Amino acid sequence: MKLSALLLIASVATAQSDSVVIGSKKFTESYVLAEIARQACQSAGVRAEHRQGMGGTIILWEALRGGGIDIYPEYTGTIAEEILKQRGATETDIQTALEQQGIGMTKDLGFNNTYALVMRREKAARLGIKSISDLRGHPELKFGLTHEFLDRRDGWRPLSARYGLARTNVVGLEHALGYAGLVSGEIDVKDAYSTDAKIADYDLVVLADDWQFFPQYKAVFLFRKNTSAAAIAALNKLTGTIDETRMMRLNAEAERTKSYIAAAQLYSGESSESGAESLSHKLWRWISRHLELAGASLALAVVVGLPLGVIASRGGATGQTILAVTGIIQTIPSLALLALLVPVPFFGISVRTAIVALFLYSLLPIVRNTASGLQDISRPLRESAVVLGLTAGQRLRRIYLPLASRSILAGIKTSAVINIGTATLAALIGAGGLGEPIISGLNLNDHVTILQGAVPAALLALLVQLAFDFLDRIFIPRGLRIKS
Amino acid sequence: MNPLVQLRGISKHFEKEVAVSNVDLELERAQITVLIGPSGCGKSTILRLIVGLIAADEGNMYFDSAPISSDTITSIRRRVGYVIQDGGLFPHLTANGNVALQARLLDRSGKEVKARIAELCALTRFPENLLDRYPVELSGGQRQRVSLMRALMLSPELLLLDEPFAALDPLVRANLHRDLKEICARLRQTVLLVTHDLAEAAKLGSLIVLMQSGRIIQSGTFDELRDHPATPFVAEFFNAQLGGLQS
Ligand SMILES: Nc1ncnc2c1ncn2[C@@H]1O[C@H](COP(=O)(O)OP(=O)(O)OP(=O)(O)O)[C@@H](O)[C@H]1O
Ligand SMILES: [Mg+2]
Repeated sequence: MKLSALLLIASVATAQSDSVVIGSKKFTESYVLAEIARQACQSAGVRAEHRQGMGGTIILWEALRGGGIDIYPEYTGTIAEEILKQRGATETDIQTALEQQGIGMTKDLGFNNTYALVMRREKAARLGIKSISDLRGHPELKFGLTHEFLDRRDGWRPLSARYGLARTNVVGLEHALGYAGLVSGEIDVKDAYSTDAKIADYDLVVLADDWQFFPQYKAVFLFRKNTSAAAIAALNKLTGTIDETRMMRLNAEAERTKSYIAAAQLYSGESSESGAESLSHKLWRWISRHLELAGASLALAVVVGLPLGVIASRGGATGQTILAVTGIIQTIPSLALLALLVPVPFFGISVRTAIVALFLYSLLPIVRNTASGLQDISRPLRESAVVLGLTAGQRLRRIYLPLASRSILAGIKTSAVINIGTATLAALIGAGGLGEPIISGLNLNDHVTILQGAVPAALLALLVQLAFDFLDRIFIPRGLRIKS
Repeated sequence: MNPLVQLRGISKHFEKEVAVSNVDLELERAQITVLIGPSGCGKSTILRLIVGLIAADEGNMYFDSAPISSDTITSIRRRVGYVIQDGGLFPHLTANGNVALQARLLDRSGKEVKARIAELCALTRFPENLLDRYPVELSGGQRQRVSLMRALMLSPELLLLDEPFAALDPLVRANLHRDLKEICARLRQTVLLVTHDLAEAAKLGSLIVLMQSGRIIQSGTFDELRDHPATPFVAEFFNAQLGGLQS
């Protein structure tokens, strides 16, 4: 079992050298640009894979530096503000600074997707608001801002300081959900990208940045210097070919067809749907990856957790420490744990990272149940085993573990079910699985796509429950299952 | 011949509480020695000391003239059979699995084990067709017979019985008394039996050792103790139990 888990990890970790991995952030335009890059690379004869919708800027940047991905679309403003932390750096400054880190940058693609604040047209007109500075007279307006915008160095805090805006009426909202809130009137102002298709769809107004707060956000591709020359050439051919209107149209196409591939094909002029993957094929890909993630992490957790549980059952300082540490791991928010692992050299953006994170989460139930199952064995039974002259190893294998089997199996089952649920988050670092449709559906506000991930995930959890009820019959000795 | 087990000046306390104090005891071969005394007087503690479940604070113990120490205890355990009040049978193993466990772990051949178990079933009057049952599927008396078989499996030189019949109804108990006595006589088995019950002691024991508060007060035959009590406590103990029987 141990060996097969390691082999599994090794096999997913080995990358192919003649191919490139393209990452994208968790919003429509980034998906579309990455998809355009993928198709361009493919046409240039380079095998390209698109890891969709991976967390935020930091995760992608670290992945790029670590080699987990080779290429991803980024914006000059984000590079200066967030990555290099050099406010107002020129394009040459940026180029030089990136160079030192082994990263290259293409010329811009032809549009500036700056941050903007948007409102419903009707409400803005009623209050006479045209620019951001007009907001100062209306502290009653409710702001629904994305978490990234709230935290950015060029985001909400400096913006509100610059314009002297009240900070009381602000909530953090996911991007696509924010639009829904804006349309339904639950919030009045939200952050957006100036090429966002939803601006036209919902007939929103973009408030003028009258004091020029927002830096330029020109779209570029970042790539590792050691990326194949053919791929870099393909990227360079894309520069200067997309203006704001075209980008907005591509974004709209992606949201209309619910397919980034279709939008990217609109760019390259192909209209055939031949590249689109059938639903059953996609489902199979998601489910098998999902099972791989949950299964490999569970196998690791059993191999590591059982011995730890045995040690923990003996109590003392070591036992207490084991239980405390596994308990603390459990309390780390899963997104934070992923973000912590991604910058670590060995991990990066990979299936490996997702498996390790899931493994860490599934330790506690197994360790705790193993320890308590062993501790619950009555004194007469323990002493009988000792007095029969069994060695410590024989006692553990022949007597104690079988007696604790019900509790141990219950722990493994808990871990397995939790794993199926938590594995949906693996998509945030591009590790795939059923989280992929959930996240992209959330992003497109597309319930059908969300359900394509959520329903199989729920069914899998149910199936795992049933499978374990069956395993109970195999692993729990019959003598412990008979009711007296 | 020298005694099989010797205890010399053995003491044991738990925290502040003295469980056993300066005990000298010898177990003669092929004889049933009965430890008797009120609850909490230290009877079980003496058995647990002999098999090394706990360590003595003071004193020395010898098994077949060799000192009992942490080095020798594992091999000594294989020469000792131990039956506790509720049997201590492993619920995840069948009767057969419980009885055969030790022998299997010592790599005895399957044929040998099977033959030995058949022999033990006859000896303890345990129906062979119940061997595949789990402990929860057996009656209290049947469970005690299985415990006894398990203890006798490797033909131990010493059999330790800690109130093995306490939870059984009187008829079953009487049957087991009769069978145990017969088995011990036939095997010339050295036995240390713990009980509360003076009638049981009288029926089974050749030597009766009476304890009070961790000390041995008097030892001798039933008649000696009854007719020549060493202290008022001995007389009181006899009167209380035999008085109860007569009324
Ligand atoms: N593990 C332990 N920790 C603390 N005290 C103990 C422990 N085991 C026994 N004792 C104490 O030692 C004393 C002797 O206990 P022991 O079990 O030998 O009594 P006993 O004669 O077998 O009594 P009973 O007839 O009720 O079984 C008792 O007072 C008991 O409370
Ligand atoms: Mg006792």
